[in-house]
Amino acid sequence: MIRIKNLSVKLSGFSLHDVDLAVEKGEFFTLLGPTGAGKTVVLESVIGLIPVEKGRIYINSKEVTSLPPEKRDIGIVYQDYALFPHLTVYKNITYGLRYHQINGKEPGKNLSFIIDRLALVPLLERSVINLSGGEKQRVALARALAVEPSVLLLDEPLSALDPNFREDTREILKRLHIETGITILMVTHDFTEAHFLAQRTAVINNGRIEQIGSIFEVFHRPATPFVAGFVGMKNIFPAIFNGNKAQIGKLAIKTNSHVNGSKKYIAIRPEDIHVSIEKQSLPERNSIKGAVSKILNHGFYCDLCIETCDIKFTAIIPSNSLVTMNLAEEKSVYISFDPADVHVL
Amino acid sequence: MKAKFRISNFQFQRSVNGYKILYMIAKKHIDPFIWLAVSSSIIIIAFILFPLIEMVAQPSFADLMDTIKDKDVISSIWLSLYTSGTAALISFIFGTPFAYLLARKNFLGKKIIESIIDLPIMIPHPVVGIAILSIAGQNHWLGQIMSSIGIRIMGSVTGIIVVLTFVGLPFYVNTVKAGFEAIPSRLENVSRSLGASITSTFFRVTFPLAWRSMVVGLIMCTARAVSEFGAVVIVAYHPMIAPVMIYERFTAYGLKYSQPVAVWLIIVCLCLFLLLRIFSVQKKHST
Repeated sequence: MIRIKNLSVKLSGFSLHDVDLAVEKGEFFTLLGPTGAGKTVVLESVIGLIPVEKGRIYINSKEVTSLPPEKRDIGIVYQDYALFPHLTVYKNITYGLRYHQINGKEPGKNLSFIIDRLALVPLLERSVINLSGGEKQRVALARALAVEPSVLLLDEPLSALDPNFREDTREILKRLHIETGITILMVTHDFTEAHFLAQRTAVINNGRIEQIGSIFEVFHRPATPFVAGFVGMKNIFPAIFNGNKAQIGKLAIKTNSHVNGSKKYIAIRPEDIHVSIEKQSLPERNSIKGAVSKILNHGFYCDLCIETCDIKFTAIIPSNSLVTMNLAEEKSVYISFDPADVHVL
Repeated sequence: MKAKFRISNFQFQRSVNGYKILYMIAKKHIDPFIWLAVSSSIIIIAFILFPLIEMVAQPSFADLMDTIKDKDVISSIWLSLYTSGTAALISFIFGTPFAYLLARKNFLGKKIIESIIDLPIMIPHPVVGIAILSIAGQNHWLGQIMSSIGIRIMGSVTGIIVVLTFVGLPFYVNTVKAGFEAIPSRLENVSRSLGASITSTFFRVTFPLAWRSMVVGLIMCTARAVSEFGAVVIVAYHPMIAPVMIYERFTAYGLKYSQPVAVWLIIVCLCLFLLLRIFSVQKKHST
């Protein structure tokens, strides 16, 4: 269990403001955010590498705020693996065991289990220098788990891997979490990874937590415009609300929610916007005429920018629809979307 | 035929004007900068090696053998090695933790500290000698304390070691600092997260990865110390280190008498450094 209470950190050029997080025992929790958001600073404060200005950190209900890293009972796996290059695979894995021999208790009794689970048996006597990225990551995982830490911290563990290794390692992480039941805090900028691995997540930006919740909640009900953008809602507009109507400039958009005063934005997923040449006669839907201003082809699908009343909507359509609808820039089209798909922030 | 025509064409162009030559070179896809770089390299290497080779080649074998039988020569070369080696050892003991601090920590005034470390490189050598003497003399309180406990700087082996440490230290600290900086601090973070204290982390991770740079630092420091003349000659003309003896023989008897001593000093130093280098590279292969 990790509990971070009102953590503030000041570094030259960056600071964390009142970060409040709780990772439950046995949970797989991700801290999501773009580069420079402060994810690694949170991680390094939990490890104990950064002086904390304000706030407290607890691991398994024990306060560790002022303890050195070696007293915190934390495992860490870095993106660049950080294996000891002068030691063999086996010596890397068993590096920390000597510090965990407590009066007669057999240390590393799960060592063979971990080595077996991570398929490291054939590699044990090899030098770590010539291993592949995936192998290195498995050694780093085994080294961290060998000392049976209370919590495991993962710093973008999949980012440096080739795409095919990445999927393998993702599977391994998921399986290990289920089998060992260890508490995991993973830092990543990739929402797909979080989706696959984690139960709950926190989104961080500019040193502040924007939203904490289950993956489903954050994905479907983003709390702030930043989170909405981060989970792929490309249409975010400031709006003035009037009943269940949202006014963006000259455009009035129907929503399903009756809005109170605190909301300021609407957000729509690009895949929820339907594009057609003819006006569709579905009165309950929002239907707007616009002109195609840009087409970005990604292969299987493309991003379509549609401009209307000085507002740019982005829609995603399958690439073959470009041909069937005979779409080109400046062609006029109709876009329509369900009021239920208009998220109010 | 075509090739012949090209050559004559080339000569013609050269006689017309220099720009055309460059144009021709460019046409053959050899950039003129490559010519400049290659010829400069040859000039520099020749400039360094030619005088050294001539100096080593000029003394006769008989002269060299006579010189090495000379007790004064042997003792001066030994004194040079002994004092330089001691200076390197002192640099190792005090310089290693200092270099680690500089490589790992950021603190206010770090840039100033780094410039202070480089001062002995900038200061003219005789000035170093004079600076050391100005705190070691009877007129200074430190000199008085030292003389009261029996430490003498002027004209002593201790004095030579002090001077050589002064000039050699920056070379050790800078080399080892670069060595520490090349080790990712994440390795140390991981080690500590696995339960190792700062001290065990240093001995189990940092030192095994940095000791080769320490060997290089020791070589650099010793090499710098062996070559010191100006500062030593002010602090201690006697006992005589090899460079002082070479200077004395040159001024008293001329070039022919100083050369063999210089050759022996070079041979001994090269052998030592070579041995250290081989030793450190072999270890690298076995790990």
